[in-house]
Formats: sequence, C-alpha cells, structure tokens
Amino acid sequence: MDLNKFETVGEQRWRIPPRGAMRVPGIIFASRELLAAMDDKVYQQTCNVAALPGIVEAAYAMPDAHWGYGFPIGGVAAFDAEAGGVVSAGGVGFDISCGVRLLHTGLVEQDIRGVQPALADALFRDIPAGVGSRGALRLGAAAMDAMLRGGARWAVEQGFGSPQDLALIEEQGCMADAEPGEVSAEAKRRQRDEMGTLGSGNHYLEVQRVVQLFDERLAQAFGIRLGDIKISIHCGSRGLGHQIGSEFLRRMAVAAAGFGIALPDRELACAPIGSALGQQYLGAMRAAINCALANRQIITNLARETFARLLPQARLSLLFDVSHNTCKRETHSLDGRPRELYVHRKGATRAFGPGHPQLPPAYRAVGQPVLIGGTMGTASYVLAGTATGMGLAFGSACHGAGRAMSRHQASRLWSGERLRDELAARGVLIRSPSWRGVAEEAPGAYKDVDAVALAAELAGLARRVARLEPLVCIKG
Amino acid sequence: MPQACWQHLDHGADIGVRGYAGSLAEAFAQAALALTALITAPEGIVEREAVSIECREADPELLLYDWLNAVIYTMATRGLLFGRFQVVIEGDRLSATAYGEPVDRPRHRPAVEVKGATLTELEVRRVAPDQWLAQCIVDV
Repeated sequence: MDLNKFETVGEQRWRIPPRGAMRVPGIIFASRELLAAMDDKVYQQTCNVAALPGIVEAAYAMPDAHWGYGFPIGGVAAFDAEAGGVVSAGGVGFDISCGVRLLHTGLVEQDIRGVQPALADALFRDIPAGVGSRGALRLGAAAMDAMLRGGARWAVEQGFGSPQDLALIEEQGCMADAEPGEVSAEAKRRQRDEMGTLGSGNHYLEVQRVVQLFDERLAQAFGIRLGDIKISIHCGSRGLGHQIGSEFLRRMAVAAAGFGIALPDRELACAPIGSALGQQYLGAMRAAINCALANRQIITNLARETFARLLPQARLSLLFDVSHNTCKRETHSLDGRPRELYVHRKGATRAFGPGHPQLPPAYRAVGQPVLIGGTMGTASYVLAGTATGMGLAFGSACHGAGRAMSRHQASRLWSGERLRDELAARGVLIRSPSWRGVAEEAPGAYKDVDAVALAAELAGLARRVARLEPLVCIKG
Repeated sequence: MPQACWQHLDHGADIGVRGYAGSLAEAFAQAALALTALITAPEGIVEREAVSIECREADPELLLYDWLNAVIYTMATRGLLFGRFQVVIEGDRLSATAYGEPVDRPRHRPAVEVKGATLTELEVRRVAPDQWLAQCIVDV
C-alpha cells in the first residue's frame, strides 16, 4: 500500500480524504508497517463503502483488515436510516455472527500436560468439525423456528448449559427482533444437520494457556491469571447463515438500481434500512445471529462433557462471547446528540467501553472483553473496550490476525503434516480431518497477531489484557 | 478448439474459481469442477449418484452465481461431492446433472467447506471466438 495516499490524523490512524463519490472519509487504523503491507484492495474497498448512502462519520478498517468482497474484512461502517442509510448483506458477510467464545476451565497448565494427547483426541472425536461432519441434533420445523428466535437462550432451555452462561454473551444470548419467517426453507434445510458443528476454514476449538498479562486490573476483572487454561471456540451460523448471505446478496444486487443506488461494486449490494427488503434481511440476519449463538452454546456443552470425562475437576464457565460479522442497531453519540445507527462490523468486533449499558454487570466498570482469535501456531488475545474507542469507530476493534496471503499461496508453501509435527514439537497438538486445510491455515499465512493487537491498543480502540497460546487445536 | 479447463484464482482470504471452455455450458461445468477441487481432488470422486440441478436466470453472470450456489447447496444438504458435471444452457434455463458420491472423510480428506459464491470478480464472457470464461470468488 502506498502510504502517500493517506493523511495521518493521530496515533496509528490514517485518513483517506473524501473524493469522487465518497460521502465521508475513510480511516484505517494500523501501524505504518501493517498499513504498508496491506493489500491496495483494502484502500479501494474502504473508499467504495464510504460512497454508500446514509453512511455517517467515516468508513473504517481495523488493523487486521484485508481484501474482502465488497466491504474489506475488518471493515466497520454505520448508517443512519433517517438519512437514507442502507443495510448491506455483503457488509455483514456470509458467515453471519461468526464469533469467538472464551471459556474459563479452573485448570492450570500442569493439570492438562499429562492428558494433553488424550484430551486432543477426545475433543476431536466429540466435536463435529470439517466438511461432511454432522451434529447430533435434528431440528424439526417448529424447533428450528424456536432456535432462530431464542439463540443461546433456546439452547440452554434444551439443556445445553446453564442460565448463568447467558449473562456473558452479547445480547444476553438472544438477539431481539429475529424473524424466522424471513429465513428461506433452503437456509433452514441447510442447517438441519449442522447444529453443534464447528465448520472448516479458519474455525477452531482451542485449549489455550495464558502466557502474558498486560493489565493486571483488567485481567483480574475478567478472571484471567497467568498460567490459566482457557478454551476458545471460533465458529458461526453454519449453513443457515451462508445461505441467507447468498440469497440476500443476490436480491439486494438486483434491487439496488430500483432503489436508485449506484453501486461502485456489485458486491456492495444493499437496500435502504426502511425498505421491505432491508427489513426482511435484518429479520433473517438476526435469526442467523441466534443460530450462531445457539451453535456456540451447544459446542460449549460438548466441550463440557469431554472435560467432565477426562478432567472432572474442570469447571467450564464463560468469560465472554463476541460476534464479528453483524449489523446491529446501536445508539451512538454524534456531535453530542444520540443517534440510532445500523453498525456493520465485518470481521470486526464490538469493543464497548466502560459504563456502556449493554455490557453485563460483571464487566460494566471495566469495558467489554474483546476476543481476538489468532492462528494455531501463534497466539490469541483478550483486549478490553475503552472510552476513547467509543468515539473512534463506534466502539469497534479487530477480530483476528487477518490473512496476509491467499490459501493457494499457503498450501504451496507449507505441508499440513509437517506443520503438525513442528507444532507438536513445540507442545501444540493439532487435530484435523484435512492436512491440506491445516496448510491453508498455516500461522505464516496470517499477519503478526502481536502487531495487530498492539496497533489496536496504540490506536485507542481497545486495551491489551492477556496473550494466550494454544496447547490443543481442533481444526475443521 | 482449446481444451476445456479450470483454474483457481488467488484472493486475499478466499479463493476464486474459473472455467474455460468452447461453450458457455462447458465453462460453467468447468467452474463447478474448480469448486470441487477446492474441497478435494475431482479425480478421486467415484460416480455413484447423479443429481439434477436446474436454474433459471437471464443474466449470464447471475446464472453462474445461481449455478455455483445450487451446487454448493446440493453438496451441503446431501453430503455429496461431485467429480463431473454435464451442463446444458438454453436461453435463460440451465439444466445440469452432477455425478458423484457421498463424502468419505478418510478417502477424500475434504480441505474446506465452501460457504457461497460471491459477486466479486464475477465474469462470464466470450474471451475468444471459440472460448468462454466463467469465474467468481467464492467464500470459504
């Protein structure tokens, strides 16, 4: 990326002045090095998003941003319905409400060292992962609709976990205003066998240990101590979300001209928030958010059963559950006035600061846990939302390391089996149905997650709390 | 006439599928084969089942989008992988038969699940008098 295209407007903040069809500026949060290494397409896509009707403040890209389809991955954009704002299926992405859930175990590293291989094998056997895997649950029509309305709350009612889990999930585990009636029969059919499955690609379940603390006070508030064992679950709304994404992307692309919206890229397909199509998408997308929340709740329960057999002293409880492909109606203060906005985060998480009314009481004083998923060979991070971040990008932060190269390049450079052996020698056990899939997800195919987390902190988006390294990785 | 073939396109996080062939229909078949190749080697799939897939759309690019999504949907809901596609396109109507077998995880070692076709880099055009191209980025 050519840095001369930008104005620097603060620490780790790069501004693209509005030009051409852009209604607002573009702002990329990154270190000089991360920005220089970013694909030019991130610049172009950020400019394109800035040209959409009703966008407010700016089109943002997080430090882990990379070339997406339509919106960049790592993109954040907010729209005002009263100013002709739009909702975009491409601005949410196909894997609606893909997210990360972090669990405490009450264990420390020495508790699991002796059983690490057995634990890896048992988790791999018990948690359906990869192409062709099926969950144990089959939902009929009424149960499917109840799940799409109730999310993790529905899952708890079915016996997957306890009511205490719900307080530590965004939206308390249930996204309001979901409309199962707007979800097609095909999307529901695609989900029939996929409840409680991880999926493939970058999705995983990891057993991690806390290797570094950056802020003792925040770590204590989140229940994180050095040497703790945590479990990280990264997955989304499975086939149902993918089908909803595909269907509405097409419908919005076809309808855009009728709404008088000129799209710089067809993938930016969108509809006015107040239109029937916009409302139908929001209802279906919220149902998909519930599907993802229910899915992570069921997987949590599977992990609990596995741990109960192998390490009965473990107590798996939630630290937090955040989604990173969503569009949510939120109230933000602009020029001292509260405005209701539809905030798209595509490959970006919420990072609400201290005092936000939507935070669970346990974290309200310190800010929201921001969960950044890393790669199987590097590290993941816990950050905390900040007061300054609320004014920078609508309380948003990065979601992962962010890819640095394509899957093709990665599979040419690495062999899955060799990676497995190298990581095993470093004490990280990988289990996967596909070694080519592992090669495509090689740690070297991603940006430096340490640099991404540091950039988020220096930019003021969120504060680093803890760094976690994997011990076991179940890869789809 | 150049031989029909498929390719993958590099994309930052995802990947593209591209089919080349002497006819529009065969280019669509090749693009679908590229889709299969993201998951497993097409030549390792035994033809045990034949499934009919139909789509209707006047815009050739949206027809490709619909076709690839129909293949993805059929693979996902029926647990199948396809090693060969026979495609006929007449006007706005596409009729196809996909030949394959149920996913056999130890044998196929499926690498990745395809979530959906996207409108990015979506192109259907005649690139030479006797050659068609059909391509798009897919989300994995």
